[in-house]
Amino acid sequence: MSVRIKLQEPDLARRHRIGKAFEWLCCGSTWFGIVVLGVLLMSVAWKAMTWPAPKAMTATAQATPDKAQPSPPPLSKKFFTNYHSRNPREAGLLSALWGSLWLTMLVALFSVPIGVGSAVYLEEYANEGRLKRLIQLNLSNLAGVPSIVYALLGMTAFVKMFGLFHKDEEKTLVVNLLFTTVDIPLPFDRTLISGALTLTLLVLPTVIVASQEALRAVPSSIRTASYALGATRWQTIRHQVLPAALPGIMTGVILALSRAIGEAAPLMLIGALTYVAYTPGEITNVADIFKNPHGLLDAPFDKFTAIPLQIYQWINQPKAEYSHVAAAGIVVLLSILLVMNTAAILIRHRFQKQTRW
Amino acid sequence: MAALLRRTFLMSSLLALSVGCSVESKPSTSGTPSLSGNGKSATNETGGASAAADPADKLNGEVVADGSSTVYPITQAVAEEFMKVHKDVKVSVGIAGTGGGFKRFVVGDTDINDASRPISEKEIAECQKNGIEYLELKVAIDGLSVVVHPDNTWCRALTIPQLKSLWSPGSTVKKWKELDPNWPDAEIRLYGAGPDSGTFDYFTEAVVGKAKSSRSDYTPSEDDNVLVQGVNGDKNSLGYFGYAYYADNSDKVKLVAIADGDDVSKAVIPTNETILGGTYKPLSRPLFIYINKKSFEKPQVKEFVKYFISKGQEFVQEVHYIQLPENDLKESQKRLAAALGSK
Repeated sequence: MSVRIKLQEPDLARRHRIGKAFEWLCCGSTWFGIVVLGVLLMSVAWKAMTWPAPKAMTATAQATPDKAQPSPPPLSKKFFTNYHSRNPREAGLLSALWGSLWLTMLVALFSVPIGVGSAVYLEEYANEGRLKRLIQLNLSNLAGVPSIVYALLGMTAFVKMFGLFHKDEEKTLVVNLLFTTVDIPLPFDRTLISGALTLTLLVLPTVIVASQEALRAVPSSIRTASYALGATRWQTIRHQVLPAALPGIMTGVILALSRAIGEAAPLMLIGALTYVAYTPGEITNVADIFKNPHGLLDAPFDKFTAIPLQIYQWINQPKAEYSHVAAAGIVVLLSILLVMNTAAILIRHRFQKQTRW
Repeated sequence: MAALLRRTFLMSSLLALSVGCSVESKPSTSGTPSLSGNGKSATNETGGASAAADPADKLNGEVVADGSSTVYPITQAVAEEFMKVHKDVKVSVGIAGTGGGFKRFVVGDTDINDASRPISEKEIAECQKNGIEYLELKVAIDGLSVVVHPDNTWCRALTIPQLKSLWSPGSTVKKWKELDPNWPDAEIRLYGAGPDSGTFDYFTEAVVGKAKSSRSDYTPSEDDNVLVQGVNGDKNSLGYFGYAYYADNSDKVKLVAIADGDDVSKAVIPTNETILGGTYKPLSRPLFIYINKKSFEKPQVKEFVKYFISKGQEFVQEVHYIQLPENDLKESQKRLAAALGSK
């Protein structure tokens, strides 16, 4: 017996070496990503805090006095209060910031009820069967469809509304809300609401699938127990299943929203790649909401731009300084994403502690 | 009780939502400036033509422009300044490219189209089909610049026939030596405008003789910064793009003088003077805006175009294009006056 074990010993050392090598390989892959990302982030952050050195030779006679004056770095307070400008040192992302904010809010408004509703139906009500399997298959497929496809759909369905309305006539749907009216243009044209609806289509599969997972994670014993106590199906869902699944649903929704906020391709097709020097509903700060509350209702039907598109637009500009302005935009976008993802983690953590049966 | 109250509240608010939905249909010719006009702007929307006469009168509504990314900096600059004067007017400027912009213009989607080439036969036909009358105005001049790497010591001038042999479809020119026997035996790497841009149309028309016909084994990009980077990163490269991109990157690339005929000694470098004076041929090109005549019924569009033609020239230079020569400017002003007068 002991002889055989001795025979295997050199082989064991080899196997340990292979194991070690594999560990290093995996460690290397991890650090590769982290280091590259770190370098990228550093260079973007550095760019966002500095201006390029003025050109040495060409501006011989044109040594303009304003170049001598130190101007604040690209990422300064001005960046949040100014619109895009032909002077890179004056350029800001006010319209894009509000555009992205509105987009996110509207996408949440549309995708949460529809997404969570579908998930609840599929998990709690629908009978197992061929139809459900078909829907399920399509959902997971749709989650992987490239965004440009949704963009084309959004273009036809919302911007043009299948050409149902004749071009020469501008139709306005006037909705009377007792205290005020809202004018809704038909078709929606290249407005915020078209963009928001398109992005809603884009994130819906993700929201539905995430919500389904969350609902499925609720143990079926809870449901059975609830029924045993005489609760109806609605009461069971309302008081037991949904609260328990909420953290998972919220996480899914926030992650989907952070995807929507970074999307550029669908919005570009819808026509948001535009110089817009006004904010939706002319609301540029919270005080404006009280001054002109009607702006809240008008905002979805205004033309808009969003942060990823504003960044793209800056990168396309001939002046080298714009690449630094674009870097500042990237820093803002990344910060927003970071905040949203942190919120997702915190919410999950908080609610998970609370749920106890 | 509370639940009942809540329910009735919900019901009544639902009711409120459904009260009085009506679809109003109005012809777009009524001069209503904005669809998304909010409550406060509704008061003086009906002013129409009389409001336009007095610039102090408050203008509002939308001006929608789209089109060439080459003309975009000019229109954007004009829009930026215009909106400082008329704070309630909303001007939006897109960059769909000249052709992409015309696609929207010919169906009446936009008020103004920026164009880096004249409108094409096909687009004119589309306009007629849709009953769209337009006004063409020259707003600036651009000199397409042919550039090489700063360390390129041999290529200082090229003739149009040389460029033609280089850029024709199916061209077999691969090395600098083949353009001029005195030049090195090194491969030329080409960078140029992508096929959707007006720059591509204009360059191929001027050099090859037929719009849109070009060799295809070059690095194309709609983004001129990519071309600047490409030429800058390669000693044996050659590329072309609009003058503004050269002017902002003059430390990264070197201009090549262009001779219209066979004689290299007559080659001209693009500068403000040569482009303006018309000696830089044939690569100087006018830049246009096209205005839907129907849009002149909106006072804010009328004022915007007026502003474009009067004050606009100041910004042309600022964004590194070349101002119109005086004759052309007068011509543009005359055309605009005539178009406005006929209304």
